[in-house]
Amino acid sequence: MAKRLDIKDLNLYYNKFHAVRDVTLQVHARSVTAFIGPSGCGKSTVLRALNRMHEVVPGSRVEGSVLLDGENVYAPGVDPVQVRRTIGMVFQRANPFPTMSIRDNVVAGLKLAGVKDKKRLEEVTERSLRGANLWEEVKDRLNKPGGGLSGGQQQRLCIARAIAVQPDVLLMDEPCSALDPISTLAIEDLIAELKKDYTIVIVTHNMQQAARVSDQTAFFNLPAVGEPGQLVEIGETGKIFSNPSQKATEDYISGRFG
Amino acid sequence: MTESTNSERRSAPPGETGNTLVEPPETPVPEEPVTPPSEPGEKKVVRLGDRVFQSVATGSGIFVVAIIAAIGLFLLVRAIPALHANEANFLLSGQWRTGDPENMAFGIIDLAWITVASSLVALILAMPVAGGIALFLTQYAPKVLARPFAYVVDLLAAVPSVIYGLWGALVLAPVLKPVAVRLNETLGWIPIFADGNVPAGSGSNVFTAGIVLAVMILPIITGVAREVFARTPAVQIEGALALGATKWEVVRTTVWPFGRSGFVGGAMLGLGRALGETVALTVILSYTFEGPHYSIFDAGATFASRIALGSAEFNNNLTVGAYIAAGLVLFISTFAVNAIARWIESGSARGKE
Amino acid sequence: MRTDTADIERPASAPAFQHLGLGRRIKNHTATVLFGLAFVVAVIPLLWVLFTLVRRGLAPMLSTEWWTHSFYGLLPNDPGGGIYHALVGTLEQTLVCAVIAVPLGVTVGIFLIEYGRNSKLARTTTFMVDILSGLPSIVAGLFIYALWITTFGFDRSGFAVSLSLVLLMLPVVVRVTETMLTIVPDELREASYALGVPKWKTILKVVLPTSLSGIITGIILGLARIMGETAPLLILVGYSRAINFNLFDGPMASLPLTVYTARKTSTEAGEYRMWGAALTLVLLIMLINLLATLLSKLFSVKTR
Repeated sequence: MAKRLDIKDLNLYYNKFHAVRDVTLQVHARSVTAFIGPSGCGKSTVLRALNRMHEVVPGSRVEGSVLLDGENVYAPGVDPVQVRRTIGMVFQRANPFPTMSIRDNVVAGLKLAGVKDKKRLEEVTERSLRGANLWEEVKDRLNKPGGGLSGGQQQRLCIARAIAVQPDVLLMDEPCSALDPISTLAIEDLIAELKKDYTIVIVTHNMQQAARVSDQTAFFNLPAVGEPGQLVEIGETGKIFSNPSQKATEDYISGRFG
Repeated sequence: MTESTNSERRSAPPGETGNTLVEPPETPVPEEPVTPPSEPGEKKVVRLGDRVFQSVATGSGIFVVAIIAAIGLFLLVRAIPALHANEANFLLSGQWRTGDPENMAFGIIDLAWITVASSLVALILAMPVAGGIALFLTQYAPKVLARPFAYVVDLLAAVPSVIYGLWGALVLAPVLKPVAVRLNETLGWIPIFADGNVPAGSGSNVFTAGIVLAVMILPIITGVAREVFARTPAVQIEGALALGATKWEVVRTTVWPFGRSGFVGGAMLGLGRALGETVALTVILSYTFEGPHYSIFDAGATFASRIALGSAEFNNNLTVGAYIAAGLVLFISTFAVNAIARWIESGSARGKE
Repeated sequence: MRTDTADIERPASAPAFQHLGLGRRIKNHTATVLFGLAFVVAVIPLLWVLFTLVRRGLAPMLSTEWWTHSFYGLLPNDPGGGIYHALVGTLEQTLVCAVIAVPLGVTVGIFLIEYGRNSKLARTTTFMVDILSGLPSIVAGLFIYALWITTFGFDRSGFAVSLSLVLLMLPVVVRVTETMLTIVPDELREASYALGVPKWKTILKVVLPTSLSGIITGIILGLARIMGETAPLLILVGYSRAINFNLFDGPMASLPLTVYTARKTSTEAGEYRMWGAALTLVLLIMLINLLATLLSKLFSVKTR
C-alpha cells in the first residue's frame, strides 16, 4: 500500500507572497525522506502541500503537481478530503481531540467516516496503538481522555490516529520538536518500524535526527530575505551529510548558519 | 421569515445524508486506495455536505442582516399612515392624543426631553462610578478577589428591569424625597433643579428614574471599561513603575490614557441601554398631562414608557402606528448611539494594538 | 557591605530611598480609597434590592399554595394565590424562544468564525449583531407586533412573545458561540482535516464538542437574562390570572408580567402577590445561573 510521490514544479503562495519556488523531487515508497533547512525556507509549506493541507490557510495558492503513484492530487475533480485520507499527517504539537477518549481518538478518522462496526473498531484500535508502540502503556485506560497522557504519549497517540485510517503516505511536521529526548527516541524508533509499511516524509530542525532516521534528505534554503524558498539538493542521506554537492548545504550541515 | 430559515437549518446539520450521497463507494473502507476518476472541466471539488452546511451558515448570517433591515422597514411602513393622519407636528408637538384614529394629534418633543434627561442623569452618575470600579477591579483589587467582585457587579445586570422599577418607585423614591426637596430648595435658581411639573417630593420624576437607570447601566459600562483597562500593556505599566511612579500616577499616565476611548465607548453602550429602558421607567415615572418644565423634577414618559403605557389602546392600526412612529425614532437613536459606541471601541482597539 | 570609610561617608550621602512627597502620597491614597468606594457604591443597590425582595416576598414562598395555584378568581382583597400560572408561561415562552434562537445563533456564530472570517458579509453581520444586542426590548416587541399581528394577522399570544425574545436572545448566542469557537485551536481543525474528515463534519464532531461547555453556559446565562424581560410582553400578550398552557392562543401570564400587573392592585393582598412574584422571578434567574455553572463543570473537557 505504500506509494511513491513525484513532486513537479511546485510553486506555493500565500496571497501575493511567493513562499516556495519550483520544487521538483521524488519520494520513494517504503522509505523515509527528511526535509531540512533553516526556518522559513518553506519545508513545512511543501510538506503541507503534499496532502493539500496548504489550501486550508485562507489566501493560499498552489501551482505544479504532486503525483501519488502517477495520480495528480491537484487534478481537477480530485477531492482534497480523499487525498488527506490517503496521505496522513502528524503535527508539530500533539493535538489529540480533547473531547474524545484514547480509543475514540485512535479511531476518530474511521468513526467520522461512518464506520460503526464495533469489532472492527476494536481491532483497528489495538493494531494502531501497537503500531505506534503505545498499546502496552494505555491498554488499561482506553476510555480515559487523550489529553491526560504525557507529551510523548500524546504524539504517539496522534501517530496511531494517523495510521488507523491506513494511509499510503505519512507526513510528519517536526513531530519531536516539542518532546524530551527520551520521547524523541521512542518516536524515532517508531519511524524506523513504520517505514516497513509506509512512505514517510519528515520535516525536522534536528540534523542528527535527519541523519538517524532518513534514507534520503532534501535540503531547502532561502536564497535571500524576501525571496521564495527553494530546494537546494536532494540525495541519499549519507551522501548529503558527508559529501554534499552544494556549498550552501555544506555550510548549513556544518553549522555555519541556520 | 423566522420560520423558513429555521426549518431549512434544522434539516441540515444531522445530515449523514449529505455524506453518503457524494461518496458511496469509499466511506466505510479507508483501506482501499483512493483513486478518484479525474473529471476535467470541473474546477474544484466541494462535497455536498460542505456545500449545504456552508450555505446554511452563510444564509443565517444574511438572515441577521435582514432582521435589522426588516425592523427598520416594518416600523417605517406601519408608521407612515399614522404620520399622515397626525394633526400635530410629530417632531415638535408635546401632545399625545391617539385613542381616536379619526382624530389623532401626537408629537415626540416631550418624550424626547424625558428620555434624554433621565438617560443623561444616569450617565453622569454611572460613568465615574463605573470607571472607578473598573480601575479598582483591574489595578487595585487582589487577583483572588477581582473575579468574584466582578461577578457581583455583573449580578446587577441579572436583576430584571421590572424589579428595579418596583424598588425605585416603592423603596428608593421615599428615601430620595428629602434629598430631592433639598436640592430643589437650595439649587432651585439653576433651571435644571427648578420646580418640575410635579412636586419635587413626589419621587416619581426624572431624578429618581435617572438614579435607577444609573444602577442598571453600571454593569454595562463597568464591563467594557474593565476589559479595556485590563488590556493596558504590562510594559507601559512597568515602565511607569520603574520611574518611581505611585499607583495613582501609573493609572493616570498609562492605564487611563490607554483605556479612555474604550471607556467612552462603553458609556455610549450604557447610554443606548438607558435610552431604550422601558419597564423600570414606566413603573417609576408618573404620567402627567402638564408639559415639562425642563427640570430634573419633571415627570412624564420616555419613548419606551409611552409605548408601554399605550399598550392598552393597541386596537387599530392607526393608533398602533402612532406608537410605532415613536418606536422608530427610538430605534434610530439607539442604532446611532450603538454604532458610535462600536466605532469608538473598535477605533481604540485598532489604534492601540 | 562594610568598609572603613562608611562612617565618614554616611552623613554626606542621601538616604537610600527617596521619600515620596506628601502631596503625591495623599493623592495616591485618595485615589485608592475613591476607587474602592466606587465598588461599594455599586454593591449597595444590589444588596438593597435583594434585601427588599426577600423581606417582602418571603412569605408567599413558604406556602404550598403559592407553588400549586394561580390567581384565578381572586378579588383584590382576597389573600393567598399562587404563581403556577406565571411559572408555566415564563418557562414555555423562554423555552420556545431558546428552541428558535439557539440553533440560529450557533449557526451564525459558525458562519462568522468558520466560514466568514473577515469577509464583507461577516463584518456586516458582526455589526448587525452588535446593533441587535443594543436593540431596546420595547422595539423588539413593536417589530413583532408590526410583523406578526398587524401584517400576518395573528392574535396576541405567548408565541409572539417568544418571537420577540428571540431577537433579544440571538445576539447573546452568536457572541458566546463566536467567542468559544475562537478559543478552539486551529491545530484541532487541521488534525481532523488531515484524517480526511470534511469541513462540516469537523465543525460538528470536533470543533463544536470542544467548545460545547462554554456555549451551553453562555446560552443558559442568556436565557436567565431574557426571562426577566417585561416590555415586549406588555404589547404582545394579554395577562391572564388563570393557568394557560397554550402558547398560541389566549392571554398568558408570566412572572415579569405578573409583577407588573399586580402593581396595579394596591391592596395588602395585591402587594403580597406582587413581591411574591418578584422574588420568584429573581430566584428562578439565580437558580438558572447556578445551573449554568453546574452544567459548565459537567460538560467541560476532561483530561483525566
